[in-house]
Amino acid sequence: MSLIDIKNLGKIYGIDDEDDVETEALKNISFSIEKGEFVTIMGPSGSGKSTLMHIVGLLDKPTSGQYLLNNVDITTLSDKELARMRSAEIGFVFQAFNLLARTSVLENTKLPLLYSKKKFDHDRQAKKVLKSVGLSHRLDHLTNQISGGEKQRVAIARALINKPSIILADEPTGNLDTKSGDQVMGLLKDLNREGHTVVVVTHEQEVAEFAKRIIFVRDGELVSDKIVKNRRTKLLNK
Amino acid sequence: MGSFFEILRQHIRTAIKSLLSNKGRSFLTMLGIVIGVAAVIMIVSVGAGAQSLILNQVKTLGSNLIGVLPGHSEEDSPFSAAAGFSVTTLTYEDAKALTNKRNVPNLVDVVAYSKGAGSVVWGANSYDTQINGATTGYMIVEGGELAGGRFFTDDEERNFARVIVLGYSVKKELFGESDANGTKVRIKNQSFEVIGVMKERGVVALQDYDDQVLLPIKSAQKLLGVNHIGLLRAKVDSEENIKRAIADVETTLRERHDIQDPSGRSDDFTVRSAAEALEIITVITDSLRFFLAAMAALSLVVGGIGIMNIMLITVTERTREIGLRKAVGAPSSTVMEEFLTESVTITLLGGLIGIILGIIASLLVAMVIQFLGYDWSFVVSFFSIVLAVVVSTAIGLVFGLYPAYKASRLNPIEALRYE
Repeated sequence: MSLIDIKNLGKIYGIDDEDDVETEALKNISFSIEKGEFVTIMGPSGSGKSTLMHIVGLLDKPTSGQYLLNNVDITTLSDKELARMRSAEIGFVFQAFNLLARTSVLENTKLPLLYSKKKFDHDRQAKKVLKSVGLSHRLDHLTNQISGGEKQRVAIARALINKPSIILADEPTGNLDTKSGDQVMGLLKDLNREGHTVVVVTHEQEVAEFAKRIIFVRDGELVSDKIVKNRRTKLLNK
Repeated sequence: MGSFFEILRQHIRTAIKSLLSNKGRSFLTMLGIVIGVAAVIMIVSVGAGAQSLILNQVKTLGSNLIGVLPGHSEEDSPFSAAAGFSVTTLTYEDAKALTNKRNVPNLVDVVAYSKGAGSVVWGANSYDTQINGATTGYMIVEGGELAGGRFFTDDEERNFARVIVLGYSVKKELFGESDANGTKVRIKNQSFEVIGVMKERGVVALQDYDDQVLLPIKSAQKLLGVNHIGLLRAKVDSEENIKRAIADVETTLRERHDIQDPSGRSDDFTVRSAAEALEIITVITDSLRFFLAAMAALSLVVGGIGIMNIMLITVTERTREIGLRKAVGAPSSTVMEEFLTESVTITLLGGLIGIILGIIASLLVAMVIQFLGYDWSFVVSFFSIVLAVVVSTAIGLVFGLYPAYKASRLNPIEALRYE
């Protein structure tokens, strides 16, 4: 049983709206991801990779095909059930960090627990995940007082706090300089080594090569699904 | 997540954090509710004080008084005479008939009034006041007391005597400290001899007992050019006999006015006891109070619209945050609850501040009025406080509903992309 099992997945926008031109964003996509994998979904802009990420991250639903997450058919779920499922299974990391402004690192990290059904000691769990991303010394700093790389590490801590099945990172290095990008990708790699399933969405080859496997999407179709032979450890080879 | 209260506590924490992040705006938004609630609390409280002041004054007149007014009026409604037109169905002879113990055995005494206004002139001094023609029953029925001199007699009443008793203010305005007794004052170019001055009494039941002069009723009618009575007051020997006395008064007057219908529907006069008058005053002042309170409550609606406006702005400003909360697992219903909690927190907090300000303002009003020498009671009813809390919560819910709904409907994908 795979963690993610996608079969013949399709997404058409404007299907409910008769006046709108229908846009086929995804066509007949099939792949599966096992627990403990580190996969990149790669593709140029407009390829449909964002749509695919939104569906994998349960923010959107496919219009055709099947998506089993932990053996649950998500196409049958209501919005409320999707929200609950997101809370339990998905940890998001965004390109633009999306941290709460004027709020401490600790508070930001704890945010998903507000909506979680899992029982945690909020503070202890937050401190634990912040330690794992190397930010124990920044707990009470406000998010506008820390660097971009640190922001993304807070976001990763936030993604980890609820012990999700998948960490889903959307262009996690997009707003970072090379050094910070290295650190963030290295951190994701470490987390994967510790057993977390990591899915990164990017259009950059270098970032993609940190993963063990690259799923390449173009024009809404799955073009290739390959294992990475020489995994990167740095964004720029010096 | 946990229990309902845990969730609520979490929502309130989130709401307060958000409100504190924009203190100035939160305060200004709250201000509408603060002012509205304070105004309602104050109006209800001051209204209650004014009402009890009026009622207390009526009570000091004596609760075993009955009044007879010309003209028919319905039960529990103001007298027709109060509508502003004069009715001429009561006469001096009616008053005399009521004085007769064979007609109404339970009346201690009766006073009839014919009232007008005019200037009282003494030498170079002139003073505008109430010209009240009264019968000799005045002293007993109204409980009048003389500062000096005497009241007029039955003979003087019957014989159109040109004598006058001055109210306290009139005497002071015209004569100052000097003695008025025995002097002649002029009203409408007719001369009257001052035979007495009343003691200071002040305003009782909206009637200024000091700002009036009293003339024998027939002399006054001649002077004012009327021959009817505007008001008749009678004192009943004891409270238990009020009902019987009223019935006797009605029978006597119907007989004199040739009214056959004993139901009272064709009466051309109205008899009321002081107790009934109290009820009517209560009805009138109550409706006035609630009208004013409703006006003040309108400002709460305006305040509510302000809150809706700010909440809509907040939702727009926090679009990305809402998207994030949804992405990390907040269901739409929770987002809605969070925003509703925020708007209710504003209005409830505003309501509580408004209650405190309203109570302080009512207390200040009470202190000033008491300082001015009135028997004013400071009342803030528990009911009005509960109502203020309920109403301010309701405003937060009602006016927060649309913005909260809007927030909850945001698509997380679009919300996260929002710039």
